[in-house]
Amino acid sequence: MSDSGHHITPFKTYIIVYGVLLCFTVLTVVVAPSVTGVERNLMNTLLAMGIATVKASLVILWFMHQKYENNFNRIVFGAGFFFLIVLVFFSALDIFSRYNMINEFGK
Amino acid sequence: MSIVNPPKDHHHAHHFDSAEQEYQTSKVGIWLFMVTEILMFGGLFVGFALFKNIYPEVFETGALFLDWHLGAANTIVLLTSSLTMALGIYYIQTGKREAAFWNLIATIACGAIFMVIKYFEYTHKFHMGLFPGGLFSFDPTSVAQLPAGLPEVLPANLALYFSFYFCMTGLHGIHVVSGMILIGWVAWRHKRGDFNPKYFTAVEGVGIFWHVVDLIWIYLFPLLYLV
Repeated sequence: MSDSGHHITPFKTYIIVYGVLLCFTVLTVVVAPSVTGVERNLMNTLLAMGIATVKASLVILWFMHQKYENNFNRIVFGAGFFFLIVLVFFSALDIFSRYNMINEFGK
Repeated sequence: MSIVNPPKDHHHAHHFDSAEQEYQTSKVGIWLFMVTEILMFGGLFVGFALFKNIYPEVFETGALFLDWHLGAANTIVLLTSSLTMALGIYYIQTGKREAAFWNLIATIACGAIFMVIKYFEYTHKFHMGLFPGGLFSFDPTSVAQLPAGLPEVLPANLALYFSFYFCMTGLHGIHVVSGMILIGWVAWRHKRGDFNPKYFTAVEGVGIFWHVVDLIWIYLFPLLYLV
């Protein structure tokens, strides 16, 4: 971006993003087991996390102006999520390869 | 009546080549800080996910004590605060100085509403003896109104859920209060006339921090209250 100024997101865009965020909040509530009383399972956890990720993406792209960031800052911020995935993956690998041991221990 | 002072010119610090270089350097710093935030909360999220898998009954029973209405209300409050924060920057960029100031104040007000709702949730749990870890002293026989669907026999390590609940929402709450103080600081600087459409680095940085606080709540709400 040049010295002449920084990108200005139009007012209307902010309002639309906000509206969509509210719609997804309603959606995540109306499909939730705590609200509807459906059985809790992995599917509705994944659904809720999927909706949360869509909402998070909207916030990152438009409210945090990541859509207009340079690639260097994208990589910097993206690195956070990359290492989070590394943390999840190896922790899960470790814990669930000992899952039977934990179950035995709990009995 | 105008309460915001006219803008002063910003001169970039002598160790930068230009105002643009100063701005971009600050931005890298803020994004790096956000990475540390994501990873700090990330550790708690990973712990939550693993223990939820190992002891699903603990997390199902624990979630019964949470009222999703309050969680949803707080989600809407924080999303609204993210909008007003973004609009605060928008109005500085477009030179509408008064509107920018009041949007920043509205963001602080939303943070305050969030904390008040959180206060009611916390005190309600404290009254029932729902404390984290070793402080856990919940006794179903001494509580007048038990949540619907509570099993006869409670999981032995129910306290685990509330350790996660208070650590995650507590750390998040500290961030909300920090964010309110930081927004107060930039609102005061804006009132003094520090920012103009070409220079608003501090507001942008504080804004990014505030949106990360919102981001974390976007995940906390469904994880704790809904699933």
